[in-house]
Amino acid sequence: MMYKGENVKEEQGKVDKLIVFLYLLFVVLGWLNIYAASFNLENATGLFDLSTRAGSQLIWIGTSLLIAFALLKIDVSFYETYAFLFYLVGIGLLVLTLIVAEEINGSRSWLILGPVHFQSAEFMKFIIALALARVFSQYGFKLMETKNFLLVSAIILLPALLVILQKETGTALVYLSFILVMYREGLPGRILFMGLAAILYFILGIRFSENQLGMLSVGELISVILIILFSAALLWSYLKRYQAFFRLLLLPGAVFLTAFAASLFSVSIDWGLTALIALGVTGLYLLFLFVKHRKRTYLFTLLFLVGSFAFLESSEYVFLNMLQPHQQMRIEVLLGMEQDLSGAGYHVGQSKIAIGSGGLTGKGFLNGTQTKLKYVPEQDTDFIFCTIGEEHGFIGSSLILILFTLFVLRILRLAERQPSVFGRVYGYGVASVFMFHLLINIGMVIGIMPVIGIPLPFFSYGGSSLWGFTILLFIFLRIDMASRRR
Amino acid sequence: MIKRSPFSSRQFIISLVVVVITAIYIARLFDLQVLNPQYREYAESNAFFRRTLYPARGAIYDRNGELLVYNRPTYDVMMVVREMSEFDTLDFCRTLNIDLERFHALDAEMKDRRRNPGYSSYTPQLFMSQLDVEEYGLLQEKLYKFPGIYIRSRTERQYNYPNMGLILGYVAEVDQNTIAADPYYVRKDYVGKSGIELSHEIDLRGEKGVEILLRDAHGRIQGRYEEGAHDKAPVSGKDLILGIDIDLQAYGELLMHNKVGSIVMIEPATGEVLCMVSTPTYDPALLTGKQFGANYLTLERNPYKPLLNRAVAGTYPPGSTFKLTQGLVFLQEGIITPQTKYSCHGGYPPLGGRPGCHAHYSPLALQYAVSTSCNSFFCYGLNHMLSNRKKYTSVASALDVWRDYMVNMGFGYRLGVDLPSENRGFIPNSKFYTNVYKTDRWNAHYIISIAIGQGEVLSTPLQIANLGALIANRGYYFTPHVVRERKGEPLETKYTQRHESGVDKEHFEPVIAGMADAVSQGTAWGANLAPDVEVCGKTGTSQNPHGDDHSLFLGFAPRDNPRVAIAVLVENGRWGATNAVPIARLMLQKFFHGEVPESDKWLETMIIERQILPYFYTRNLPAN
Repeated sequence: MMYKGENVKEEQGKVDKLIVFLYLLFVVLGWLNIYAASFNLENATGLFDLSTRAGSQLIWIGTSLLIAFALLKIDVSFYETYAFLFYLVGIGLLVLTLIVAEEINGSRSWLILGPVHFQSAEFMKFIIALALARVFSQYGFKLMETKNFLLVSAIILLPALLVILQKETGTALVYLSFILVMYREGLPGRILFMGLAAILYFILGIRFSENQLGMLSVGELISVILIILFSAALLWSYLKRYQAFFRLLLLPGAVFLTAFAASLFSVSIDWGLTALIALGVTGLYLLFLFVKHRKRTYLFTLLFLVGSFAFLESSEYVFLNMLQPHQQMRIEVLLGMEQDLSGAGYHVGQSKIAIGSGGLTGKGFLNGTQTKLKYVPEQDTDFIFCTIGEEHGFIGSSLILILFTLFVLRILRLAERQPSVFGRVYGYGVASVFMFHLLINIGMVIGIMPVIGIPLPFFSYGGSSLWGFTILLFIFLRIDMASRRR
Repeated sequence: MIKRSPFSSRQFIISLVVVVITAIYIARLFDLQVLNPQYREYAESNAFFRRTLYPARGAIYDRNGELLVYNRPTYDVMMVVREMSEFDTLDFCRTLNIDLERFHALDAEMKDRRRNPGYSSYTPQLFMSQLDVEEYGLLQEKLYKFPGIYIRSRTERQYNYPNMGLILGYVAEVDQNTIAADPYYVRKDYVGKSGIELSHEIDLRGEKGVEILLRDAHGRIQGRYEEGAHDKAPVSGKDLILGIDIDLQAYGELLMHNKVGSIVMIEPATGEVLCMVSTPTYDPALLTGKQFGANYLTLERNPYKPLLNRAVAGTYPPGSTFKLTQGLVFLQEGIITPQTKYSCHGGYPPLGGRPGCHAHYSPLALQYAVSTSCNSFFCYGLNHMLSNRKKYTSVASALDVWRDYMVNMGFGYRLGVDLPSENRGFIPNSKFYTNVYKTDRWNAHYIISIAIGQGEVLSTPLQIANLGALIANRGYYFTPHVVRERKGEPLETKYTQRHESGVDKEHFEPVIAGMADAVSQGTAWGANLAPDVEVCGKTGTSQNPHGDDHSLFLGFAPRDNPRVAIAVLVENGRWGATNAVPIARLMLQKFFHGEVPESDKWLETMIIERQILPYFYTRNLPAN
């Protein structure tokens, strides 16, 4: 392509220095921490010993740099042109993996080609991002048109489904993070709000399922009250009139006040039943409004109310019957319902101890005892942040966190700067993936997110994930480079 | 400028969310790492393995430097199941000299979590305990062939003599109460359980050291923490040197063979116990090693109570040996003079000849009363003392004065010997009798038998021997003690302080003259070692509710500058002269001459062969 004069100029556009600097910093720090995490007190090996984890990570870093360099040389139109082809190949690989992969540690996600082992799911991240970017960049594309919405959902959900079949639930959740891209491109906030509300009902329903208040458990009671409040808020946001919020609350409020007044006269009140009556009354009122005004807003609100209640009632069933016991355990431990420091809570307990023992300044490089003595599981992959926390303390770990935040914000900034929809959507895809990984991985290690086994970008040991993140990032840098020429 | 894309305001919401989440995570990190110092403690208890380094327990020597007790290494076979691979079980069995069946039994026992609750396949587990040195050597040579097998060395008490098990005591695993009372101990520690091992536990045990190791999540040791900078070396226990002469002790045990009783010999000038025999006794080696449990049970079930140290824990009426104290008190209190004569007509006349007495001249003075062991004389003395209303306001106050003298002479309370389970004996006071008779209108005749060491008076053989030391010293004694020296630390001051009896020195001479007469021409003539050594002595024949009279002897020798005081007690041995006196004679021969002269060999043989097993101990046993 060198003969095209125009393109030669384009190659000379500037790559974003901050991102490249942070990338190099992260991989080097990651490499040092892998060395620290797998450092053996008895027989210390060299930093460059290729038989060790740190040594092989060095190979991955080297190859990643080659890949990055190559990606920067490829013409930007290549990605746009072949985005769908990539997607088809990616899906094909996922299906192939599902068929031929042998089970390793309970998952069937590794493709083995001679000496190379790789996880096709890791590469699917940039492929989905490219496909989404390609779809959104179609002329006059509007997300909220049903056909488009379904197409976008399918692009995300199909690989997610295949990855779930590989028993890599964590990675499937990463794909769901592309919902952020959809939000940026016009997905109504109400849908995100509904999703968050569903998570809230689920947590409340499970967490406070032990005590009964009449017909409902405490968690269900609180959730029902929230459903009524959320419905009113939804109506408010549709009608853009705050009076609607209070009007909808009038009837259920009256029901609760009556019950409260009755309880003062020592009538024994079934609070669960009261809440159900209040919910029913609200639903009937919404139905009445819909029939009277024939406005779809009322119907949507009613559907939200009914759907929420149905979700709430089924969540316990889903929890008990559809989740694996170890997943139930993880959720229960996270919600503080179980104290199991040797079972499911062991990982998090040990990682909190490791991080906590680092103190303000940490124990120093290679001086961490918790990670070195293998108290923390997966210490050089998913729990690598423990090593940072233990050896470099609060200062070190929060610095890494801030650098990552800076990294993500910079990607968002670059994405917004893109002149093409393709570049912007792809940039948001990149940012979503990194954000989700950081949110879950670090959240898990410090004990505020459930244990979902996904790596910390650039730090966790592993070739597939490092290659995957490198490709994801550098395609974006290439796109950004092209845009800067102008 | 580029045209703003639709929904572009949402970038700010997204960025805000990113920043808020970052802030929450940093707050959480701050909470974990800075606000909660307990995580550091958790981490330390997690990762640091404090391995206790056990000090060598102190050795025990006799007064002549003869080694009695020391530590012998024994070896345990430890197994780390996870590390075992390519294991030649047959070769292993051959090396340990066990068959395959035994191997599987031991293996099952080790892995049974009910019997071995601490079982883990990652940490060393006890497979087989107490290999001897040869087995150890054999295994050590082949150890490279058996991955996962380790040898742990421990020490075990080892004894050079089969004697004085009761004095030395034994060592066993510490019990829960001791752990609760003393934080030094942890489960499975060894601690002295009786005898010197118990009373000198603190001296013998030394101080544990600690080695700080780093341990991984599976309990595997990964190395030393900071190259052992925080380790503490163990401090070995102090060696003890006993006042006991092992030859004398062994000889005493030999003489007391098949008899129940006690021999105590004390060096009057220091209070050191030269020998302390209590029979039946046992070989201390029985209570070590693999057979501890079985042997302990056998000893515990023996009806003659071989685990009871009668020398300090047995209480007996001191009988006539107690008359010496009476003579001293009467002289000191001015009740009698050495010339005061009382009559005796085959018994104590005021009570119609009771308690009875034997044939001797009458009336008689103190010296002759001691040598013939006249009951009547001392009954008169006590009666005159308690009835003396010029000197004492009441019988009660007179008795309490009497009692104080007895206590000052070492009776009625624990002497404080450095052995556990010492009994205090019994000396009654006025309150006791007022309670017994339900009135304070009792008089000397009610309680007259205490004058001759009968009635309520009880004492241990050690207290009787101590009286011998007190008389030998003419008025004072040192608290008897079996340990004469602790290496590296002086003896406790209570063993170096003189205890005064409250009786003036000159009052001892008539009593001692009587004791000398008793040996040279009176009741204790059998202990006469003249002309070599002038022995002073007093026999005792103590009536008791357990059968025949106990045979007692109390004495010291030589008369001037005494080197030894001795008390002998043979349960149900009848007259003092029958058993206690010949045993004392042989012991004194051994003490002064190192061995028993040819002329006494017949006596030695006779005594050793004599069997006096009190019916009392076996009377309640089922037939056969």
